[in-house]
Amino acid sequence: MASSGVKVGKGLGRKVQVLGVQVVTFLAVWAGWEALSRSGLLYEGVVPSSLAVFPAILEHLVDPVFWDHMGRTAYEVVVGFALGASVGASMGLLLGMRRFLAAVLEPYINYLAATPKIIFLPIMMVMFGVGAGSKVAMAAISAFFPVAVSVYRGTLLVNPVLVRVARSFKASQWTIVKSVYLPSIVPPLLTGLRLGLGVAIVGTLLAEIKLSNKGLGYVVIQHYNFFRTADMYAVLIIIFVIAVGINTLMDRLANRFSHKV
Amino acid sequence: MKLSTIVGLAGVAALVVLLEILIGRGYISPFLIAPPSEVGVELVSLWKEERLVEALFLTFGSTLASTCIAISVGVPVGFLLNRVRILAEAYEGWIAGLFSAPLILLYPLFLVLFGRGVMTIIVISSILATIPIILNTMQAFAQVRRVHLNVARAFKLTAWQTFWKVQLPAALPTIFTGIRLALIYSMISVVAIEYLVVLGGLGSLVSDLYDRYNIPGMYAAIVAVIGVTVVFFKLATEVEKWLRPV
Repeated sequence: MASSGVKVGKGLGRKVQVLGVQVVTFLAVWAGWEALSRSGLLYEGVVPSSLAVFPAILEHLVDPVFWDHMGRTAYEVVVGFALGASVGASMGLLLGMRRFLAAVLEPYINYLAATPKIIFLPIMMVMFGVGAGSKVAMAAISAFFPVAVSVYRGTLLVNPVLVRVARSFKASQWTIVKSVYLPSIVPPLLTGLRLGLGVAIVGTLLAEIKLSNKGLGYVVIQHYNFFRTADMYAVLIIIFVIAVGINTLMDRLANRFSHKV
Repeated sequence: MKLSTIVGLAGVAALVVLLEILIGRGYISPFLIAPPSEVGVELVSLWKEERLVEALFLTFGSTLASTCIAISVGVPVGFLLNRVRILAEAYEGWIAGLFSAPLILLYPLFLVLFGRGVMTIIVISSILATIPIILNTMQAFAQVRRVHLNVARAFKLTAWQTFWKVQLPAALPTIFTGIRLALIYSMISVVAIEYLVVLGGLGSLVSDLYDRYNIPGMYAAIVAVIGVTVVFFKLATEVEKWLRPV
């Protein structure tokens, strides 16, 4: 008992130490930022003081116009992600069940998955216009690849014996998908959805930055063009908090399910 | 050649012919999808005008420069973090968080800091590429087997010898997984920022041709970007295979 008590104390001490390092690092970075902004080494306004950025965050958060922009971005991300992820998941499943097709398509999917998706934006603008349509398409293309690849890799883990058993019981194609494949691809699917949502957000925002008249990306680039750096930092911080928050939530969800299965 | 490769190439050829026919017959507007033959012609003329060559050099150069910076920063940092456990415990979660954060969106901030130039592209791309290298290097050195280190001790190797003869060779394959990711990441970030800011390179070639409404040219430049991706992808996979003994 005594030894375990010591161990807990030690573990706790370690945790405090780690927390200490984190707090010191955070404060050092903050102090460095403030020092840089006041040093006069850079042109005025290039690195705004945090004292200017934090009020700017609050100002944006109470501004209904900003929420309007946020709503547009959310709409584009959600619709595009839903489209891209569902097509991607079906594609991954199809490739998993048709191995020859997978062997034919796999190299092409790998190459296109590594291609910077933003480069397809001009094609999307030609096809769907410069408004919300092209942004939805960007989100969809971005989300498609990680979801398709994750689901396909998940199907490779399915025990082929199970599929053969189901076939010998004359299970329909749909029953095989539902009872054999689906249960074992849930964890990789959730990982794919997390990655896919992340890149869909980036794709949408980059598309908005390139050419748009509404959305968070548009707000960022407007602040940039008019050299309102404090406001630009504020919006970027808001975007980061949202993106990291969504990623953490999805990660928790994925962990929960993969422990259950 | 494998059967699947042949079928794949035949499929691509069939798609090209099909598009050519559908566009030629007027089922698809040539302003939406350029006819493959015209894309080919544009590709050749972009090459001859040397715009494509110039852009290729810039994009390749920026990508390689970013990856090299990322390696020279990321490997030592990862090694040190693995040595100093308290720092590893404090920072690993943060670095992993940064890995999934949309860092590329910070590029306007870097434009303000470093100006509108190739410098900015390289700075942000090398930051993006450094993260997977740090994470993989930490993991690589943490994975070195106890037995190997014990053998090194039994032979009374100095710390320096242990590093060069035991730790580094054992860690190299995992470090290389990080470098492969870094190469792809910096390529994506270089092309994306080139496209967004139009500072030269393949990305801005695409943007420029779209702005002039040269649709076949735009498709040609996009094909070139995909070609570059394939080259980097193959390069990274081959080197990784070569370094991985098993």
